[in-house]
Order: sequence, then structure tokens, then C-alpha cells
Amino acid sequence: MSYYKRDKRAYILLEDGTVFEGYNFGAEGTTIGEIVFTTGMTGYLEVLTDPSYCGQIVLQTYPLIGNYGVNPDDMESNKSWVAGYIVKEWCEEPSNFRNMSTINDFLVKQNIVGVWDVDTRALTRKIRMHGTMNGALTTEDISDEHVKEKLLNQIKHHKVVRPVMDVTSEKYDWYYTRENRANHVALIDYGYKKNILRMLLQEGCNVTVMPANTSINEIKRLNPDGIMLTNGPGDPAEYPDIIENVKEYIKYGKPIFGICLGHQLMALAMGGKTVKMPFGHRGLNQPVKDLQKDRVYITSQNHGYAVESIPEEVATVTHINMNDGTNEGIEYKDINAFTVQFHPEASAGPNDTGYLFRKFIDRMEQGQVERLRGRI
Amino acid sequence: MPLNPNLKKVLVIGSGPIVIGQAAEFDYAGTQACKALKEAGLEVVLVNSNPATIMTDKKMADKIYIEPLTLDVVKRIIKEEKPDGILSTLGGQTGLTLSMQLAREGFLDEHGVMLLGSDIETIDKAEDRLEFKETMRKIGEPVVPSLVVETVEDAVDFADQIGYPVVVRPAFTLGGTGGGFASNEKELREITRNGLRLSPITQVLIERSIQGWKEIEFEVMRDSKENVITVCSMENFDPVGIHTGDSIVVAPCQTLSDKEYQMLRTSALKIISELGVEGGCNCQFALDPENFNYAVIEVNPRVSRSSALASKATGYPIAKIASLIAVGFTLDEIMNDITGKTPACFEPVIDYIVVKFPRWPFDKFVYADKELGTQMKATGEVMAIGSSFEQAMMKAIRSAELGFDTLSVKKYEDMSDEELLEALHKKDDERAFVIYEALYRDFDLHQIQAITQIDMWFLDKLRHLAVMERDLIEKGLKDDRGQERVDVAREIGFLDSTIERLSKDEIPKEYPVFKMVDTCAAEFEAETPYFYSTFDQENEADYFLENHSDKDKKKILVFGSGPIRIGQGIEFDYCSVHCAWTLSQCGAEAIIVNNNPETVSTDFDTSDRLYFEPLTPEDVRGIVETENPDGAIVQFGGQTAIKLIKDLETLKVPILGTAPENIDAAEDRELFDQILEECGIPRPKGDTVYTTEEALKAAENLGYPVLLRPSYVLGGQNMIIAFDEKDVKEYMGIITRHELENPVLIDKYLPGTEVEVDAICDGEDFLIPGIMEHVERAGIHSGDSIAVYPPQNLTDDVIETITEYTKRLAKALNVIGMINIQFVIHDGQVNVIEVNPRSSRTVPYISKVTDIPIVDIATRVMMGEKLKDMPYGTGLAENRDYVAVKVPVFSFAKLHNVDTQLGPEMKSTGEVLGIAKNFEDALYKGLVASGNILGHKGGVFISVRGRDKEDAVSLAKRFENLGFKIYATEGTSKKLAEHGIESEMVRKFSEPKPNSEDLLDSNAVNYVISTSTKERFPEYDEVKLRRKAVERGLGLFTSLDTANALATSLETGKTLEDIELVELNSI
Repeated sequence: MSYYKRDKRAYILLEDGTVFEGYNFGAEGTTIGEIVFTTGMTGYLEVLTDPSYCGQIVLQTYPLIGNYGVNPDDMESNKSWVAGYIVKEWCEEPSNFRNMSTINDFLVKQNIVGVWDVDTRALTRKIRMHGTMNGALTTEDISDEHVKEKLLNQIKHHKVVRPVMDVTSEKYDWYYTRENRANHVALIDYGYKKNILRMLLQEGCNVTVMPANTSINEIKRLNPDGIMLTNGPGDPAEYPDIIENVKEYIKYGKPIFGICLGHQLMALAMGGKTVKMPFGHRGLNQPVKDLQKDRVYITSQNHGYAVESIPEEVATVTHINMNDGTNEGIEYKDINAFTVQFHPEASAGPNDTGYLFRKFIDRMEQGQVERLRGRI
Repeated sequence: MPLNPNLKKVLVIGSGPIVIGQAAEFDYAGTQACKALKEAGLEVVLVNSNPATIMTDKKMADKIYIEPLTLDVVKRIIKEEKPDGILSTLGGQTGLTLSMQLAREGFLDEHGVMLLGSDIETIDKAEDRLEFKETMRKIGEPVVPSLVVETVEDAVDFADQIGYPVVVRPAFTLGGTGGGFASNEKELREITRNGLRLSPITQVLIERSIQGWKEIEFEVMRDSKENVITVCSMENFDPVGIHTGDSIVVAPCQTLSDKEYQMLRTSALKIISELGVEGGCNCQFALDPENFNYAVIEVNPRVSRSSALASKATGYPIAKIASLIAVGFTLDEIMNDITGKTPACFEPVIDYIVVKFPRWPFDKFVYADKELGTQMKATGEVMAIGSSFEQAMMKAIRSAELGFDTLSVKKYEDMSDEELLEALHKKDDERAFVIYEALYRDFDLHQIQAITQIDMWFLDKLRHLAVMERDLIEKGLKDDRGQERVDVAREIGFLDSTIERLSKDEIPKEYPVFKMVDTCAAEFEAETPYFYSTFDQENEADYFLENHSDKDKKKILVFGSGPIRIGQGIEFDYCSVHCAWTLSQCGAEAIIVNNNPETVSTDFDTSDRLYFEPLTPEDVRGIVETENPDGAIVQFGGQTAIKLIKDLETLKVPILGTAPENIDAAEDRELFDQILEECGIPRPKGDTVYTTEEALKAAENLGYPVLLRPSYVLGGQNMIIAFDEKDVKEYMGIITRHELENPVLIDKYLPGTEVEVDAICDGEDFLIPGIMEHVERAGIHSGDSIAVYPPQNLTDDVIETITEYTKRLAKALNVIGMINIQFVIHDGQVNVIEVNPRSSRTVPYISKVTDIPIVDIATRVMMGEKLKDMPYGTGLAENRDYVAVKVPVFSFAKLHNVDTQLGPEMKSTGEVLGIAKNFEDALYKGLVASGNILGHKGGVFISVRGRDKEDAVSLAKRFENLGFKIYATEGTSKKLAEHGIESEMVRKFSEPKPNSEDLLDSNAVNYVISTSTKERFPEYDEVKLRRKAVERGLGLFTSLDTANALATSLETGKTLEDIELVELNSI
């Protein structure tokens, strides 16, 4: 039987020495990263191209990946950022009217090592029980103890430092809707998903995408109506320089909307604390309660760190995760800012919280009106 | 919001008898509802006419009414019980329609009863075609261009505007009864006329055909706080046009990108929000495979067959949560039972794929129209869980018990390429097999796609299976890729035995591992004992057993009975469930193996562990390897479980209860004859034959009429009474079309009263909870007969003999557990006609009316307890003060061309029960509950075969005396005239008009009494007459005995209002 690439063996080696055996797909070679699992049953291309996964080896718990092929329209950034990819089965003959290539071809082009035909559920359970861990994917034969030991050593010492710097834009990108009196958003790119941009454009905003280390003066020069702090990879506490910048953004007084890493950076800037989670939240089914509306929304999530605390005097917790009670959203008291841990831009995932973009727009509108009034 | 404080007592309406389109899934839903409501501290009143259900069990509700599901009956119950609320959304279309009528009439308001779940506006918005369309327009959701019409002319006008083909969908009918595709005006006129008649509000929808679009379903939930979630998405293998109940379905959707998925998900949530459903809702979409266009096809604002499937596919208990929402709870405060730690307000994710495969009744109804369309025809379904589509599909095929282990079917193998190509165009029950054969022969995938319009993804997956089968046959296992071939074959669902059969090579045994169904893809720790098999590294069941299984407890396998089919229905699920419950009470661990998603037995909290697997020897072998059970109980899973005995013995799993050799003895003709002889019990003379010649010879020796049937039968599969040589030839011709593994039994047919007994024996004592007497004389399958408890016409002598024979047989067969015996009283002599060393379909009903928990007792006996130590006594139990009449229910309206004349082959899909102080009243209730409209005046049309003519005279006399006008066909009419009974002579169907067809159309006739020597062939006049009666919804009786019983009931002059309602827990 010739279906799928069964010609090349591939291995997953975990930090604790455990080996899972499968077959290679995508690129050949060896790759090291933190292994995380995501439970979404759709949206694999969105996952592969979400910069927040930068440096991580992603495991799909859903066993059939690549069924509807690859379409560049669904990419969340210009390339794939994952360090490696693990699936149960990939689809050689995808079927969808927008399909342009197979997931295998995509990974080869992106030079990403993939392993398939492994017990993905066993691996997921392992990560759930032991917490996230480092691991390697390799097409080298690791039955040789020497090779294995050497790789294991690399795995143990592997650390991705400040990945935001790898994924952020180097220069400005301008997106104009040409609408009269359009709100102008300064989008600080910590590794933004394109759908954040698309949502803002859909709401009629002009958007300037700016690098992660943008200073307040650069922002002021644009005189935007609001600032968007985007999602991105890594430990928020690793970015004291960015946090200092955010403190300046806050003083500027324009409405701020933070998502995911943006939410965490904002919290740290306001005196909050963040914490690494055992195995994070990655999936499209996370229930989040909006405490003000007393309603639960299903959200798309991808984070390994969470806001552990935020001083009561500066902020109100607006959203919590229904599964584990972790912080999912904050409204700041004396400043015009609100942030969420989940992804209201969805893609992949449910669009149920898209209304938050509207909230951000309303705040910017409000600001424009007030400024106009001030002038009169 | 917690429980609504104004609610103390809730009425739950069940869905009534099992019919096509409304099956066991509503017992599952109702049972979950009752359990959830009781746990919430509410008093539950239940009404359902179906005695085979678990929901009508004593402990399921505080008050139980097994009564006809008519508006008047429900009103009387409401007046009597004064519930605070009525749960409308868990009893299928029956429950919903009744609730809606009560609400609309103002009856609920008048009596201060809240309509729970969905209010009347919600139901109207979803179910009334016009309002539905308007609602969708309002929220900007696309629908297919359509128009509701009330006349055939309007239908034709609209079709002219939008162009053919069009689809006709009648409003408010079960499983889309009466609908269909019309590709021209003639067809449209015919289907519309039929649809209008069947629709209770005389409306049908005419819509543009969207053939070829993908059919996608979403199960969504909403609570009073407007929290909305999606439980499961499902994709149909067949594109739009084939009823989802008749389609292979996968969960979750496979060919939708996130963009398309979210588009439809958002739409489903918008719909449920706009409708304001509080509970579960099913949204069906058509999605253009070439772009993002979609249309909402249907919305069911209630728990449905699809929601049962979604529940089993994900582990998320929709019916339970829907019930809790209906009484006030919200999703964020209900816990997810599976994790025990996270709330029910989330969306399940799964890490496997589920395939549902329908089970059709066409093996029974050889002459039925098998074409699939918008009207559902399947009686049941199986579900299979696997790591890949291929694996799940293979498991589904095995679960469906069609007699094969791959999708290869002999009949198609023998076809020429041209014939096969032609066959691809047919949309029938065997479509997947035709496609498989085409793939096996390397037909161009695109050609197959163009013909079938089935998505390439599915076709390609089937191709993998076909190529593997071909490789195994052609390449075997000896080449250098042999081992790889075995590995892949296992992964994609081939059994070892299949691999060996195809490759003609032996392979070392390998056992599958088991993975857990946990709603969350392992993100949280789950404690649900719900498993499926696959070939992979880690056996999660091992971990589970280590941590959760009590080593001191005995582990007992209990087999379910697979898909619901004619002859093996919900009754067997009732038995399996009770067996599991009792085992737990006895301090054992019950391990259920079953594959039917509609049932209570496949609920993960019914047993200690649930294995959702095919019921084949090798699939069971894997479970045995992991579980190492201390024993297995096979007496409750129908013939499906009995068939596993030999292999369980090979696996050294002790069979609890009656020893395998004794079970065999009851089914082996020679052994059994010998036993009967030793016991001095008479039986009709008989013989066993393999060929037509042998059969003819045997029949001649025995003397006609003779009864022909294959050994190892269930539900009288392929059983007939042959009156002459021609009948024998026709029958043997059909039956020898399949390979004959077991011989055909041929018996002298003895007419007489048929009596049935279910008994429990412990090796020393026996207990007969009750004797059932059939209204119809022997010759009509016991499942299709009206059965009466206690017997009304048996002498004490006969009863004594029956009891004695039961005792002797139980002793001789050394029965431990259940035995079911059928007797015929011929010329005063008691003959045994059939013995089943297992539980039968009458067990639930007789348990309920005698208040003797038969399954519970039998299970205890099998676990070693003795009857004398239990409080139920031994011997024949005393009769109770009530008479209970079981009346069969048929789904003939759904199955075109099927002859409705009853015979030795079972045709009913379900049953109802009438309980009253006397026979006449109980029968009256039963007949009403089974769907008859019992008019006390009008006309009776009698057309009977020669040998019934004598009996027809006295029958006609009774109806004449009742004031009915008698109509009859020529022969019958003349006979009646000879006896001074006046009748109007009516011409047959094929004779010039006006004939009997016109008579039936004229509303002059209430009852049709029709028997004929010829049956089966749709073109016969008599068959046409009976079909017409079914389509007109008239009372149809194909046995004079039934008709006489009807007369007895009518003679009392009572109507339902005059008959007291019976509450089961208080008798």
C-alpha cells in the first residue's frame, strides 16, 4: 500500500528520554522545540502560520490533518513559524474548492520537519500529566545511544529567547481604507495574526503595523486614534524593554486594546504578575465568562502563560476561563484600556467575541468626538 | 439561574412506539431526561405508550402512564396530576406536536402548566415552513427558494417559476414522510397530493433542488442566559437529497476548512438564538462544494436522532443537559460529567472520527422500493469510532451485521463494468458497496464523483480500502512489503481474520488498544469508562483498569444487540441495560459492548465500562484480551449475542447461565426433537432440508400447509407458510440465493391459539411471571400478534400443561436464566413450536405488567442466586387484576410496495401497550395507541381469501350489528349474501372504475379487512388494496382474529374517554 509517505522513519524524542516512533512528512532533518498540543479540529494552516507558535513543536490532537488542503488565503502570517509538526494522519488527496496543495508540500516548502503515524493521544496525555516539555523531531536514527544522548543534551539546554524579536516586522506597514474619518490604529506587532488586521480593516479602520520595540514618540508622530497590542510568542516577562514602552503608551491616553501577549504585557506594565501554565490553552473550544455580561463565550486560544494577578486598584477582571478559572480579560480603571487573553479575531476558531473589536472602535470614536469637542 | 422555583412536578412526554424515523433514540433521551429531573429533585410524571422502553420503568419516574399518546389522554393526565411544567422537546416529533397542540389550545395556560424547553413561538418558527423562512430572512440566513402550498395547482405554478427538479416536503410529518423529489409535473402532482394528505396541517413545501451540495449538520445548545454552544458538527457522506437518517454520516465535518466551518457554526448559533430554544437544537445546512454559498435546510428545535448520535460521538449528554436547561439551569452551572471538573458550557473536541451507518429493513422486505430520498427508510443505525475514516467505516460495516467484513459484495463483483456503471446511478441502501466495487476496479475517481456527487475525500478514503483489499488478494503477504501491508491493513480497520481470508496467509495475532472518549481530546483528565479500539501504542484502558477497576469485583461482559432492526429492537436494549444495572447491584462490574448510538446501553454511565465496538468475535476478542472478564452474559443481546458463544468459549470466557451446549440444543433441530420426545412434549412434525427438491419432498410428506424457515432465526427472518408447491419453490429460490450455512426447517403448520411464555430458571426452580395469549391464531409472527396478559381463553388444564411443559423444558435444557417458549394449542393439545434459550422481546412488557423484574431476577440467577431466596415465588405467578394488551406497530407508510399482510415473517417495528381492567378496554387502548382511529360508525370493507370466507360471515355480522355499512369484493359479497348479510359489492383495483380504490378514497370506510393467498408481489390487487389502506391511514386488519377482537372492543360502545387511565406505579 503506497498511500502516504511511509518510506522514511522519524522519531520524537522527549526531554525525559521517551521516544515515539512514526514516519516523516514535510522536511527531513532534526528540529528542537517546546512540544505543545492544540485541540482544534479545523484550522491547521492557521496554526502553522500563527507567529505565537514560534519555536514550538505543535501536536494536533485531531487525527486527520490536511483534509481540505492548503490555501494561502487562510495563512495568518507570511510563513510558518512552528519548529516542528506532529499529526496522526495527513491527507494526501485533500478535497476543497480552495485547495491548492497538500500539507506535506506546504511543510516541505516551509522547511518544517513533520512526524506522523504516532500515538498522538498518548503524547498529549503525557504532556497533560507532566506539563509542557522540550523535545526533538528527527529523521536520524536514534537507536544509536550516542546520537540519542547528544540530542537529548541539546533538548535539555534548548531555550528560545525573546521570540517576539524573530517574528515582529522590521518596518512599518500601512493599510488604508480611504474612509473619511476612519479610525487610525497603531498595531504593535508582537507576532500579530493577520486576522486582527483584517478585523480592524473590516471595521473601517486605517492600520499602521509597527515593530515590537516601537517607542511612544514614533506612535505620537502618527497621531493614531488607538493602539492595538497584539498576540505573540514567548514568556511576557522576558520583554522588560517592551513593557517599558507599553507604560509610555498608557500615559499617552489613547484607547488600548490588547490580545494574548498584548494582554500579558499590559498587565505587567500595570503591576500585574504572569505565570507559566502547566500545558497552556491551545484550541478553539475554550469557555470564557464575560463577568460583566454574565455570559459564556467560546473562544479561540493559544497561550502558555497567564496573568496570575493584577492589582485591584488599577484594574477589574472582566473575563475568566470556565475550565480553570484563569484570567481571560481585564478592564483598566483610570486609563482607557482593555485586554483579553483569548483571540477575538478567531481564525481559526469561533467568531463569538468579535464584538470586542467593535468595543475598541467605539472607544476610538468616542475619543475622536471628545477631541473634536475640545477643539470647538 | 438555578432550578426554577415554581417547578415541583414535570410531565415528560415520550415518543411512543418505535417507527421508522422515531426510534430508540427517544428512549435514550427520555431516560436521560427522567434521570436528570429526578436528580434535580423534581417529581416526574411520564406518559409513553411504548412498554419496551427503559423510561417507562418503575424507578425512572414517580408516576408512569403507559397510555395512548393522544391529546385527550395527555389532557386527562394533566388534570389528574397537575404538573407545573411539561417537557416537550425530548419526545421526538410526537412529544413536540402534542405539547404544541396543548399550548395552542390554551389548555396549558388554563391549567397553569409551563411549556418547558421551547415555547410555542419557537416551535412555530422552526417547524412551520412559512414562519421558518420568514425567520431566516429576518436574521439574514439563506434558505433555498421555496414556497409553502396547500394545493397541487400552486405547487405546479411555483415549480414552473423556479424550474425542475424540485423537492416536496410535507409539514409536520415524521422522518419527512410523504416527501420526495419531482423532476417533472407528473411526479410533482403525485408527490404533492400524497404529501398534502399526510401533513396534519395540509401544507407542503416546494423548493428548488440543491442536489450535489454537501449536507452538514450542527448540534447546538442554548440556555436562558443566552449562552450558546456547538456540541458537534456532522457531515453526510451522501450529498443533499438523501435523508440524513438514511445517509452515512461522519463526525466531525471532514472537508470543511475553518472558514466554512465557522461560517456554518455562526449561522447555527444565530438560528438557535433567534428561535430562543432553551435546550438542544439541530441545524441542517446545504453547502455548495464550489464556493461559500450555503442554505439552511432544516431546524429541529428539540432533541433528535442526530443529537443522540452527537451525544454518543462526543460523550456530551445532550438530552440530559437539555432537560436541566428546560427546568431553569444554565450551561455555566451544569458540570461536564466526563471531566467532573469543567462546566458543560464548552464545545467538545474529539480526537477520533465517528462513522454512522444506517440499517435498512430491505433484507426483510425483499419487494420494497429501496431507493433513498427525502423520506427516511432505515429502522436503525450503528456508530463506529476509529482513528481514521477507513477504520471507522470498516467497523461500521461489521457493526451493521450485514454478513460481510469488507465493503465487497458478491452481487456487485459479478457485474460487468457496464452494469456497475449503471448501478452507480442508483441511490439505494447498497450505494457504498457499488462505489467500492467501482473503486476496486480502478474506475476513474472523477467519473464516480460526477455520477454520485459524493465528495472526493470520501471516495478517496474508500479507495484506500478497496486497494488494500485488492493488494491483500493479489499480492498477499509474502513480498517485501508484506509486513507493512498487514500493519496498514490493521490500522485502516481490517480484522486479522479478514487479512488472512483475503491473503490466504496466516499472521500472528495482534490485539488492538483502547482509547477513551472524553469530550476534550485528553486536555483534561476524564473518568469516563467509554472506550473504542484502534491500533496504536498505548492502551489507555489498561491505565483505567489499574486505577478505577475494583480487583475484588467480578468483571462480566454484557452484550448489546447492535442496530435496531425488525425482529431485534429496543426490547433487547432494555434487557442489556437492566442486566448491567443488576450486575452492579450484585457487586460485579458490568462491561457493555454495543454499537448502537440510539440506546441507553451505550450511555457511558449505564455500565462500569462501555466498549463502543462491533459485535464480531474478533472485535470482542480484543476486549477480552484487555479486560480478562470473569464471565459473559449472552442471553440479553438477542441473536447477535448468541452468535458470539462459540468464540467466547474459545477465548475461555465462561458463559454465565445456561450452558452453551444447551443453548445449542434448543436451536439444533435433531437435538431438540430428541429432548422434546424425552420430555413427552408434542410438537408439529418437521424436517430439515438444504435444497428445493428436499423441501418439496418433505412438504409432501408432512402435508400442506407447511412452515418454512432457516434455522437460527430472529424475527422470523425469511419465514413463510407454504400452501402449495409453488410457494415452496418461490421461497427456496429466494433463500438459496445466499449461501446456506444452516439448513432450512420445514414444519407442519398447525393452526390454533398461540401462547407465549417467558420463564426464569435457576436449575432447580422456575418462575413464569405471566402467560401471554395471542389474539391471532398461529401463523402470524409472535412479534406481529396482539398479545394479551393474562390469557383470556385458556382452560385451567391448558395453563397447567403449559406450566408443566415449561418446567420440563427448563429442566431438560438445564436453563439458568431466561427461556422463551411459544406454544400452539391445536385441537386442545398443547404443542411447542419454538424455544429461545434467551431473553425475548416480550420481557420488558411482561415485567412491567406483572411487576416482576425479569431481567433483574435472571441476572441474579446467572450470578448464582436462587429463586427461592427471592421474593417473587416460583412456578406460575398469580395473575394481576389488570389486563395488558400488546399491539404491534408497523412502519408501512414509510416503505413503498411492501405488502402489509401479516404472516410468519415479522414486519412490525415497534409496539404499544393498553392496560385496563378488562380485555375489551385494554385492547381498545392498545389499538388507539398503535395509531388506529376507532370509529363507531361508518363502513367496513371486507375482501378475504377463500379459506377465510366462512369466518368472514360471522365477522361481518358483528359489524352489521354495530351499525356499519359493509362493502365487499365479489366473492366475499356473495358469501355474505348467502348468509343474509347485505353488502355493497366493490370491484377490485384492476377492474373498471369505480372500484375499491375509489371506495378507499371516498372516506366511506373506516376499516379494511383484507386477506389473500397471494402476497408479497406489489402488483397484486390485494397488495395494492392494502397499500392504499395504509396510505389513507385507515384501520387495516389482515387477520380475521384481529378484526374480531376489534369488534369485541367496539361492541362495548365505549370510547377512550370512558376508559380509566392506569398509573403503573400505583397498581
